[in-house]
Amino acid sequence: MSNPDPRSVAFVRKTMLPPEPPPARASGAVLWLRENLFSGPLNILLTLIGLGILWLIFSTLWPWLSNSVWNAESMADCRKIIAAAHGPDASGACFAIIKHRWNQFVFGFYPSDLYWRPVLAFGTLFLALAPVLFADSPKARRIVTGLAVALTFVISAVLGATVVELGGMAILMLAWVYLIETRTGPVVLASLIYPFFAVWLLWGGTIWEPAMALAGFVLGFVVWRALSAYGMFAFAAAVVVAAFWWLALSDIVSRGIATVLPMRLAPVSSDQFGGFVLSITIGVSGIALSLPLGVILALARRSDLPIIKIMAVIFIEFIRGVPLITLLFVASLLLNYFLPPGTNFDIILRVIIMVTLFASAYMAEVIRGGLAALPKGQYEAADALGLDYWKAQRLIILPQALKISIPGIVSTFIGMFKDTTLVVFVGLFDPLKAMSDTIRASFEWKGAYWEPYIFVGSIFFILCFGMSRYSMYLERRLKRDHR
Amino acid sequence: MTSTQTASHPLGDTAIEIAKLNKWYGTFHVLRDIDLNVSRGERIVIAGPSGSGKSTLIRCINRLEEHQAGRIIVDGTELTNDLKNIDKVRSEVGMVFQHFNLFPHLTILENCTLAPIWVRKVPKKEAEETAMHFLEKVKIPEQANKFPGQLSGGQQQRVAIARSLCMRPRIMLFDEPTSALDPEMIKEVLDTMIELAEDGMTMLCVTHEMGFAQAVAHRVIFMDQGQIVEQNTPKEFFNNPKSERTKLFLSQILGH
Repeated sequence: MSNPDPRSVAFVRKTMLPPEPPPARASGAVLWLRENLFSGPLNILLTLIGLGILWLIFSTLWPWLSNSVWNAESMADCRKIIAAAHGPDASGACFAIIKHRWNQFVFGFYPSDLYWRPVLAFGTLFLALAPVLFADSPKARRIVTGLAVALTFVISAVLGATVVELGGMAILMLAWVYLIETRTGPVVLASLIYPFFAVWLLWGGTIWEPAMALAGFVLGFVVWRALSAYGMFAFAAAVVVAAFWWLALSDIVSRGIATVLPMRLAPVSSDQFGGFVLSITIGVSGIALSLPLGVILALARRSDLPIIKIMAVIFIEFIRGVPLITLLFVASLLLNYFLPPGTNFDIILRVIIMVTLFASAYMAEVIRGGLAALPKGQYEAADALGLDYWKAQRLIILPQALKISIPGIVSTFIGMFKDTTLVVFVGLFDPLKAMSDTIRASFEWKGAYWEPYIFVGSIFFILCFGMSRYSMYLERRLKRDHR
Repeated sequence: MTSTQTASHPLGDTAIEIAKLNKWYGTFHVLRDIDLNVSRGERIVIAGPSGSGKSTLIRCINRLEEHQAGRIIVDGTELTNDLKNIDKVRSEVGMVFQHFNLFPHLTILENCTLAPIWVRKVPKKEAEETAMHFLEKVKIPEQANKFPGQLSGGQQQRVAIARSLCMRPRIMLFDEPTSALDPEMIKEVLDTMIELAEDGMTMLCVTHEMGFAQAVAHRVIFMDQGQIVEQNTPKEFFNNPKSERTKLFLSQILGH
């Protein structure tokens, strides 16, 4: 300023200050340590105590882990090897049990010459999901589909699939990948057909059974579209037609076609399922079914129609108020009293239904939270533009509410997936308890307690951690607020 | 606001007819015996202190609020509990909100094309052309592929106006469109609204912008305690208010 008189308040800026880069943040390992771990006497003390505890845990576990044996025929073998290598008092993990019984942990009692079927079902699951999960990231999608195809093929080959089976798998998967990369429309259809295909692969039998179940959905959809002008009536008619098809016709038709063109795979019954094949079957079905059901329940609970609202509240509060094990017992024992004698209602299907209902009650509350978090203005704007209830929900409300609810939804998924181990109480072979017990029951692996739990726990952790990471990726991808 | 629009627009037949309208929130009597006829092409500014029921009145016109007594007939369709009628009226009546209420998960262009595509069943390409036309009209075509969160308040409100116009409404309702904006942005929104007025749109506008009322309105309505206290041409209303309540209001709003 030309006029340094301190009493002068008049001021006119002549030049604008140019923007400057922010100061470089002081950094360095020592500074970080001092700021975060040793900033004061109390912090120093807590840091030292923490380090002490870590050391205690590590020094106890490390010898056990580092002495672990991966190649042995029995528990006694393991102990001998450890004693020989590290002295008679050394303790060590015997992970040989995992290596030795690996197939049982993964496949339960699934016939060993058919291992390729669950592997293919699991591999194609990623082909069905990839177009949805990585809708606008072709790079991530290609990595996932590529890995799925390669691993499915290699693992099936290692597990002893025949050349014909391997050839069929290769053709199917490569055709699917081609479809994913070139056509966006038909790929959605392929993903919708996938559940029926997976059921056929897992349980075997003729392809026409799941195909006719699918036909019921198609029939219902056609009826609904044809009558869509009549609103709720169209929906009711579609449900009635589909139910009639499933109950009265689908069996006859599928048997009829099967006599002409069998398309059969060797059947596998539900009690041969076990281990991770069982957990993942129940978990994935439950996840896929509980989300739409949860959305419907959440909308019903916020509905203005009193009867629908009351029904939703009763359902949600009842299911949430009862332990999952109770529901599983109902599925396995009580239901038999109510069904006509001789009904063969598959136990895994019953468990899937119960797990789905259980998860959907939680899901509904999570989504209701998301719906409540939306500003009222969003509803009003949708109304003011003349969108009807379903269009407003589908286009405006749910996309935002579900995005807000992603962390809660994924938590529910993860909780449900871990809860699949509870099927041990209804006599199914979950990987954690029933499968480990079965393996321990054999003479050579008596006494192996920690190792199976650690192994199964790690696999669960990997799968759940994967879901958690995906949800964070999804949240980042859908971020729109630009704050 | 230098536009000197005169209130001599040729007015058409009745667009909105409101008779003996009454509404309660619980036991609170918000709207009392409102009678109002709006002609096609007419531009009305509704003023009044907060809590006087002016927002509620225009929100009744597209049934965002339900009324308990009286009749509202919009473009020949009476608003009752019939959902079909309500959706019909809503697709004919555009509304602009105080807080814009753009859909944050959609781009500007998608915000503008959503309702035409899903309600009017316009083909996507045509809807996008219409949207670009109106985005050009509100002077932000270059923002079409951004998300609402990336725009300033004034730009968002102009998008909201364009979004309403894409439905080709015959009536536009404005609920305090500039109250949430910085002074510099108020002008850009008001200019857009003035342009719209010059095109002959039927407009009902709740606002505190008295300059806008003077420049654009055919009629100013002053409400207090759920009733219409005074209505007149802007010239008479501002220069020669009749009721004491209006005089007090005007002295407070114009006096500083």
